[in-house]
Amino acid sequence: MNSVPWLTILLLVPAVAAVVVAALPRRLATQAKQLTLAVTLVVLVLAVLATFAYHPNRAGFQFAQRYDWIPTFGISYAVGADGISLVLILLTALLVPVVVLSSWDEFDSEPDGPSGPSGPSDGVVPGDGGGSGPGGDPGTGGGGTAVLVAAPPAPVVDAAAAPRRSVPVFCALLLVLEAGLVGVFAATDVFLFYVFFEAILIPMYFLIGSFGPAGQQAQRSYAAVKFLIYSLLGGLLMLAAVIGLYVVSAEQLGSGTFDFALLRQLDITPGVQKLLFLGFFVAFAIKAPLFPFHTWLPDAGAQAPVGGAVLLVGLLDKVGTFGLIRYCIPLFPDASDYFAPLVLALAIIGIFYGALLAIGQRDMKRLVSYTSLAHFGFIALGLFAFTSQAGTGAVLYMVNHGLSTGLLFLVVGFLIARRGTADIGAYGGLAKVTPVLAGTMLVAGLSSLALPGTNSFVSEFLVLVGTFTYNKALAIVATAGIVLAAIYVLSLYQRTMTGPITHEANRTLPDLSWREKAVVAPMIALIIGLGVYPKPLIDIVRPTVTATYTDVGKSDPAPTHPVTVQPGGRS
Amino acid sequence: MTHTPVHYAAASGAFSLSWLLIALPLAGAAVLLLGGRRTDRFGHLIGTAAAALSFVVGVVLFAAMLGRSGEDRAVSQHLFSWIPVNGFQVDVGLLVDQLSIVFVLLITGVGTLIHIYSIGYMAHDPARRKFFAYMNLFLASMLLLVLGNNFLSLYAGWELVGLSSYLLIKFWEYKPAAATAANKAFYMNRVGDVGLAIAIMLMFATVGSTSYADVFGAAAANVIGYGTISAIALLLLLGACGKSGQFPLQAWLPDAMEGPTPISALIHAATMVTAGVYLIVRSAPIFNESQAARTVVVVIGAITILLGCVIGCAYDDIKKVLAYSTVSQIGYMFLAVGLGPAGYAIGIMHLLAHGFFKAGLFLGAGSVIHAMDDDQDLRHYGGLWRYMPITWATFGLGFLAIIGFPGLSGFFTKDRIIETAFDKGGTSGYLLGAVALLGAGITAFYMSRLFLMTFHGRPRWSGEGEDARHPHESPPTMTGPMIILAIGSTFAGGLFVLGHSMQNWLEPVAGEGVEGVHTFSPIVLTALTLVVVAGGCAAAWLRYQARPVEATARPDAEVTLVTVAARHDLFANTLNETIAMRPGQFLTRFLVWLDLVGVDGLVRGSAAGIGGLSGRMRRLQTGFVRSYALSMLGGAVLMVGALLLVWGG
Repeated sequence: MNSVPWLTILLLVPAVAAVVVAALPRRLATQAKQLTLAVTLVVLVLAVLATFAYHPNRAGFQFAQRYDWIPTFGISYAVGADGISLVLILLTALLVPVVVLSSWDEFDSEPDGPSGPSGPSDGVVPGDGGGSGPGGDPGTGGGGTAVLVAAPPAPVVDAAAAPRRSVPVFCALLLVLEAGLVGVFAATDVFLFYVFFEAILIPMYFLIGSFGPAGQQAQRSYAAVKFLIYSLLGGLLMLAAVIGLYVVSAEQLGSGTFDFALLRQLDITPGVQKLLFLGFFVAFAIKAPLFPFHTWLPDAGAQAPVGGAVLLVGLLDKVGTFGLIRYCIPLFPDASDYFAPLVLALAIIGIFYGALLAIGQRDMKRLVSYTSLAHFGFIALGLFAFTSQAGTGAVLYMVNHGLSTGLLFLVVGFLIARRGTADIGAYGGLAKVTPVLAGTMLVAGLSSLALPGTNSFVSEFLVLVGTFTYNKALAIVATAGIVLAAIYVLSLYQRTMTGPITHEANRTLPDLSWREKAVVAPMIALIIGLGVYPKPLIDIVRPTVTATYTDVGKSDPAPTHPVTVQPGGRS
Repeated sequence: MTHTPVHYAAASGAFSLSWLLIALPLAGAAVLLLGGRRTDRFGHLIGTAAAALSFVVGVVLFAAMLGRSGEDRAVSQHLFSWIPVNGFQVDVGLLVDQLSIVFVLLITGVGTLIHIYSIGYMAHDPARRKFFAYMNLFLASMLLLVLGNNFLSLYAGWELVGLSSYLLIKFWEYKPAAATAANKAFYMNRVGDVGLAIAIMLMFATVGSTSYADVFGAAAANVIGYGTISAIALLLLLGACGKSGQFPLQAWLPDAMEGPTPISALIHAATMVTAGVYLIVRSAPIFNESQAARTVVVVIGAITILLGCVIGCAYDDIKKVLAYSTVSQIGYMFLAVGLGPAGYAIGIMHLLAHGFFKAGLFLGAGSVIHAMDDDQDLRHYGGLWRYMPITWATFGLGFLAIIGFPGLSGFFTKDRIIETAFDKGGTSGYLLGAVALLGAGITAFYMSRLFLMTFHGRPRWSGEGEDARHPHESPPTMTGPMIILAIGSTFAGGLFVLGHSMQNWLEPVAGEGVEGVHTFSPIVLTALTLVVVAGGCAAAWLRYQARPVEATARPDAEVTLVTVAARHDLFANTLNETIAMRPGQFLTRFLVWLDLVGVDGLVRGSAAGIGGLSGRMRRLQTGFVRSYALSMLGGAVLMVGALLLVWGG
């Protein structure tokens, strides 16, 4: 089976489909959606098949392929999968079709389509519509001075009169994003990684700037540009570090290379390590994001269309945490040691800072974004505690956070599609009107607060217990964060779902449709399934994580008073 | 005591079916939740059947256990590997032993009765099916809690009962008070859960395992340092306090009475809130090694006994009085188990007896509330015995049991706690004994007050006009369980002490109850207790029966400071608000502000300073594609430049 180039297939299928879908005329919106859904489902099936073909306990990259790309600079197209990248590719393959299906009606270009209040209407601001690039050149029109100022929402204009956003373009952007994400996780050439790292910014920029909430032109373009600036800044620093790596490799190996496996064997002096580490780390800390690099996230999360927000927080941000364990720790072990206290401090701050800010939000999308800041704190904590439990927990956390926060964003999106606002105050008492929607929000929330029986508990407890063996004080402080998690989740539920109905408009909201149920059902099944029986996922992730730490000389602290012999891999 | 390595037999025969105990109610919950409205018509029957079948399995297992010899009675069953990461190997496994089977019978037995009761009690609620689904979920979670064979399985059950409790407190979630109470319960429980979670991490860091066999083996083998084992014990205690509504985490339990009354009976009286006691007895090998931790347990128990009693005297809401009574009765259990091997079995005995009589009292209260059109104010009751004879009789037996009337359950179990407290010896023994004795007196007072104000005296409910109330006896689905629980309240205690049956049964888990030197001879102490209890009853009689009861409580200005304080829960909520909630809210608001103008502003500012990015931002605003291309070009130039340098060098 290993002769099958799984990764290249997973990369090419959505990429080719993107071109085809983008070429479709606007009036074939339904066909575009159907095609996109079909393609993303095929990708999902392929990813699952690849997972079955993967041998968890075999060392090194699997499904590896290498072709020279720019041989002069030692750059090649090189892909390969290990346990960490495989599960993230799986998550990508799962979330994209979910997003396609959940966004089904959102940009419907049928004039009489069943679009909600947030449907196709777009605030028409005088001077809007550069209309040049694909997607109608997003958010470039609004007054140039609006930047950095949170402008008041533009009035919602009559839907029929507003220019509609192109469904095929939206679908194509999703497919491009999927291909880019597969690429960024699969790349084993550092330069190729950098290219994908930057490439996925483009579709996300358009998704935020062009397909965000209607009537908020100025905030949308502000959020999109902020997202882009932050990411570009990080990307440039990383580029410098990538080049630095090349320089070192040229010195040590004779000829420069970007090949990850070769770079890993370099013996870099601690001083240089620190500089290069920082180059990568800042890029990843912005992407993840970690405190204090996070301020782009609430804006981007709030202004992205819901599907975009799911992909942004569920997948794009994982590139940051993925980079930490794939690149920072193995390539710069000394620097990782040196900077670990800093990273751990930022992680702990993030856990509390994100949770407290989430509690204080009135906008549901911003609230969910801030909860993610807290969750990324847990992930960073797990990665830099340097134990196999904490590391495995952190990687599982990446997957689980994609499911739980993804579902939470979807539910918030369902609410917004019904009422046209993300303001928590506009809701209340919905449990009686929309019981299934309320139940779904509760399941997503319970996963977010890491209740046992849900997926997140497994990852969060592994992070905490692994951190505990490394540093008790850190783990104890972080554990206190679970109280705050309960508060931000349950107070959101309380304010939206319980109590009397205070707004007449809420009295007649429809419960989840069949399409929406089809979107959430697999997510709920995975949330509970991976909470009760996470072993298959653990078995994929654990060997890679363990090897990563072993290679840099980290081993799990032994218990102080062991009573039983603990066989390494009793299973 | 001699320590042998902890050994559990492997599951075989009937024991290999022990997973059914949990699976049955879990399946019930799943069917009812996924089946949706289609199962509305018969949902309550499915739910009740699941509970009853689970009880049957429990009885079968109990019988099978009786058929085994003493050392083979603890049976451990491995189900599947849950979280295996190198040295951290956690399985889902069950331990059916003398302690857990007792809980299984209590949970499924009382649980089934309350399911039956709820068929009648919730008959007119449109969401009755959901109610039964959540109750089944609770049973499964609670059974996981007591049956898990390692601390992480226990923790899973521990948090899941918290979820069920949350779901059921806010069952009428359109009432803001119910939703708030549910959140409060969850938050305060989570504070306790933090303690339990850290305890488990400390166990793993110390022993390398979280299974009972390994942890208890290490504890008994005395290889863990005193500081570490005390820390583990105290952290477990924090968890126990949260779940069991013990000081200082008691404030959520009275609010939890916003839930439907059957829930108050099942979760917030008979089973879930006693999980803290279970945890301590289960962890006996740990607590045995730490005198310090045990001392904290008894102190918390003693404080909570008095706190619950005093507040219980001040409330006019029938369920709140019973809730504080629960708080204080669990205080008795904590006091008992804090006394170590001498008290473990006694604590469990009181727990079981309390499970019967307090569930019976709550069901009786529910019957009264039903009859009084959902009015819960004692001052609006009076003279109900004439209209609800079965409720009066069953409630009366529960009442006699809780105050320790000779021959009934409480008499045997509570007196043993008082006796054991005195037997501890020394000043502390006298102090604890005195607290327990005083508590018995106050309990007699507030329970007599409750009983008299409800069933006796002049009726204070309006008998005519449009608001006319027609109190009536409840239907058989409700009175049936009340009768059975009343029988249990009457005889259970006697059964437990008969020939030390319960103490002998629990000995393998709780250790040998050392028969210490009696401080007072049991006869004298029993007489003393009876005098104190009679005094409490007499005081209540004089105050609430001999004199007419006012239909409204006197305002705070006219009553003593103690009463005012008790009416305000001894200012527990005020304290929580002052030290936790208000500062938290302030901090949150401050951070929201800070993040907006501070962190974001700082980063924006420094970004602008570093690279003139704000200028680029404006360009991006006016022509995205061009600027992006420009910055890509910039990056490329930078890279090529660096490469050329490398080549050159």
